[in-house]
This record gives sequence, structure tokens and C-alpha cells, in this order.
Amino acid sequence: MAPPRLVTVAGPPSVGKTSVISRALAVLRDDGVAAGVVKFDSLSTADQDLYARAGLPSRVGLSGGLCPDHFFVTNIEACLAWGERRGLDLLVSESAGLCNRCSPHLDGVLAVCVVDVLAGIRTPAKIGPMLRLADLVVVTKGDIVSQAEREVFAFNLRLANPRAATVFCNGITGQGAMEVAWHLARAPQVETLDGRRLRFAMPSAVCPYCVGETAIGDVHHRGNVKRMRFDDLP
Amino acid sequence: MTSHSLGMLMAAHAAVAEFLAGLPLPLRPELTLDEWLAGLGEEELAELGLDGEQLADHVARLMGRKKSVASAPRNLVLRGGHDRHGQPEVAELVLRPGQTTCIVGPTGSGKSRLLADIECLAQGDTPTGRVVLVDGAPPSPQARFAPECKLVAQLSQNMNFVVDLPVAEFVAMHAQVRGVTEVEAVTARVIACANDLTGEKFAPDTALTQLSGGQTRALMIADVALLSESPVVLIDEIENAGVDRSRALGLLVAGDKIVLVATHDPLLALRGDRRVVLRGGGIAEILETSAAERRALQRLERVDAGLMELRDRLRHGGRIEEDLPSWS
Repeated sequence: MAPPRLVTVAGPPSVGKTSVISRALAVLRDDGVAAGVVKFDSLSTADQDLYARAGLPSRVGLSGGLCPDHFFVTNIEACLAWGERRGLDLLVSESAGLCNRCSPHLDGVLAVCVVDVLAGIRTPAKIGPMLRLADLVVVTKGDIVSQAEREVFAFNLRLANPRAATVFCNGITGQGAMEVAWHLARAPQVETLDGRRLRFAMPSAVCPYCVGETAIGDVHHRGNVKRMRFDDLP
Repeated sequence: MTSHSLGMLMAAHAAVAEFLAGLPLPLRPELTLDEWLAGLGEEELAELGLDGEQLADHVARLMGRKKSVASAPRNLVLRGGHDRHGQPEVAELVLRPGQTTCIVGPTGSGKSRLLADIECLAQGDTPTGRVVLVDGAPPSPQARFAPECKLVAQLSQNMNFVVDLPVAEFVAMHAQVRGVTEVEAVTARVIACANDLTGEKFAPDTALTQLSGGQTRALMIADVALLSESPVVLIDEIENAGVDRSRALGLLVAGDKIVLVATHDPLLALRGDRRVVLRGGGIAEILETSAAERRALQRLERVDAGLMELRDRLRHGGRIEEDLPSWS
């Protein structure tokens, strides 16, 4: 039994990741590809129902108080094993990039970033490794903005990530899903993740607030503290 | 690359300049890239979301990037597939630059599917089984699925400008992205063309989001005609009363675009070179616009001009009380 192909899909909340994945996997299912999804979210998600409706096996992991990407990296191996037990040809891991700074992309694993053109033409410059180190960028909601904005957005994406292919996909009508599916079907197969590396370090956010501190004031600032500079002060 | 200073790199490569200037790091134009990277702290790089090696690779790729120009095809050929009942459809549709093809058919007849088949350069792998050939050959998977730029620009009634910028500033941005040398002149031309298409003029410093429906449509058409990188334009229902539709079509055709319009507006449909008639999901017929239809178009244009004049009079507070001409 061949190990499944693995894809990490990340993107800001509400850009349409679930729709894009459902649409693309529906295309692949018609080609006989057995695909499944693991959804990482922070507090709650109804996406399992959406995937069930699309006839796709899925598992949900809720990170609760943890950073979703830290939660992801400690669970992805178990997810891959689940996919293998299910006999999947393709496993997609979906996670919301809540802070524009995190990134679940792994070396040797197809990395997809979903962004939405409504977020603004300058958004590509504001998203960190989740976008900069992706292999494929999927742009959603292009059907409701002008051609000019789509072209400027695509250009800014190429500036932010000159390596990646860019595909426009409409999650509602499925236009562009075939293009996304073509890329997913070419993801490398992954036998094990043991010993592989993240493409970029997770945010270094070790401070009292990470572990439940709620009080404000200098005396509570310990660990990794970084202060803003104000140029009207000496 | 290592021997040139950042300043020289930025002067030679607009994309590199734009990328580096957008980084939240102090630039040192007098240093080489390697020297500059060596001087950056780990924390500064972490903020960037790229390590030193990744950043160097990024700059190298931006330098090596060819200017994105979709080579304009001499023709697109659509080979018919089948309709919803599996019946084969009309065999072949040839699309050439400078020609307008209109698509007609009732709701649900498959107009959007036809536009989508062309947009994704279908290769028998869509529900209709149609095949699109570019210059007589199937496009490579790379050209289809990972294009540097799209062959097809789309324009539909649902589209709006969402960016919060003045018209001139945004059009200039689009011109820069397209690598236009005379940005100011081209920007002025796009705005003038758009104003030519719409009853109510707008100023270059008007905010995009403040434009009326007609002004928005007019600006989109002028921009697609003069600035879009894509040699093929698909237009879905452009039936807005605020736009001079025949001029709009003329503008696109003059830009040597392959134009497809889904429309039931006789002014547009008769102005096209031919009409593709859709029925039950398939192409039922292809009608070349006849000489009699061209004569009918001239009369329709006079009717339309008459209505335009009345609309304009209402806009300026006038009355319509005279005996109206019998336009028919």
C-alpha cells in the first residue's frame, strides 16, 4: 500500500479554504482518488459536517488555548497515520493562519496558501511564511472584484512569493477547482514525517501571557518581551 | 549578483526594488546583498518570515523573472462536446483577435459553462467534453494550470472595485504592474476612455468605491481594453444603462482582443461578428450576423441614441412633452 500524498493548506480565517478543498477534492474523486481532510481549528468548527456532506472523510482537531500551529505540529504525524489506516491516496491538512505569522508548511510536503482578493491588494506583503514559503497560492473571491485588482493582486503575490504558482479559484461555483486539483494530485507521497522540518520556525512567544497570565503591568513582563519604539521619546 | 550593491540591484530590477522597499527593515543601498544579510539580526529576519538563504533565493528569483506577457494567440478553436442529454453539439467555433462573438440563450442554457470552458482551456475534462485549442494545439499543462499570467480576463456584472484608492492612483498602479513606461499618459488615457463611455464623467481623484455602477463598468472596460495582460476577454451580461455599449465593444476590439459577450441586448448582439446559440447546455447553432441585421442595428442605434438623449434630459431636470418620433 503506497503512503498517502500530503498537502498542508493554510490561510487567514474565512478566505474559503474549506470550499476550495471540497471543490478540488470532488474533482479528484471523479478521477478515482480517495482523499480525506484533517481540519485544525482553535475553538469550534462545523467543517466536519461540510466535508461529510461532500462525502469526504475528515477529522477535526481543536487547539483550544494553544496556538493552532503548535497544536498542528504535535499532531500531524498521528493524522498522517490515520490517513494511512483509512487507505487514503491524498490527505489534506487544513489550518487557519490566525496571526499572519505562523505557518504549518513542512519540507517535502506540498504547501498551499489560500488568500482572498477582498482582503486588499497590499495584503500579500503582510502575510509571513505561510504565504512566502508556499508552493501554490490559491486566490479566492476573484469573481467579485475587477480584473485590474486581480492583476495587481497577482503581481503583489509574485513579489511576496516568486516561487509559487498562483491559481484563482471560486469556492462557490468551483471555477478554478480543476487547476487546484491538478496541483494537489502532484503532491509528494509521505511515508513518515519523523525527522522532517518545518519550513520556518514558529513564532517565539514564550511569555507569562502564553501560560495564562492576565494582569497588565511592567512587573508581569518576563520572558520574551519586545517593546515598541516611539520616536518622539529619547 | 553578489558583486552588485543593493542600490544597483534595485535600480536594475523594479520587482526587487518594490520587494525590498516593502520589507520592514532598514535598507543599506551601498552594501551588497550578502553584506546586508550578514548584518541583519536573527530577530529582524524572524520578523520577515524568511531566513537569510530564503531571502537571497527570493531576490534571485525576482531578478530572473521574465516580464509577464501572455503571448497573444492567433486563434482559439473550440471543438464541440455534447449537451446535457449527451447529444453532440455544433462542431467548431474559431475565435480570432479583433472579433466579437456573442453568446445567447435562456437562463440555464449553459452560457456560463461555455465561458468557463474557454477560461480553463477545457481539454475534454469538463462536463461538456469540449476541447479548446490555442493556435491549433492543446495548451501544455503548465500553460493551463500554472500560468505566469492568465490568457483570459473576465468582466461581469457582479464585479466591483473594492480597493480604497483614487481612480488615477489605482490605474497608475495597474500600469506600473504591467510594466508600462509612460504611466502618467496611459493613466490619463484610460480615464479619458472610461469617461467617453459613460454619461456622467468622473475626475481622476474620485475614489474608486464612490463611482456609480455605470462609471465602474466604464472604467473596468477601458482598463481591460488598454491595460489588461490577457488577450481574451469574457464579458458576462454588460447591460448597464450608464454605459455606451457599442463604443465599449469598439474599444475592446480595437485593442485586438478576442471578445466573447454573453448578452441578450440587441445593440450588443448584432454588433458582434456572430452569435453562438445555446440550448440545453450545448451549442445549437452559430449565426453569422447578416447584412439585414446590420441594417437593423443602425436603426436600433438611432432608437438607443434617442432614449439616451431623453435620459440625459431627465437627469438635468427637463420635461418630455413633445411628439416623440416613431422610432420603429
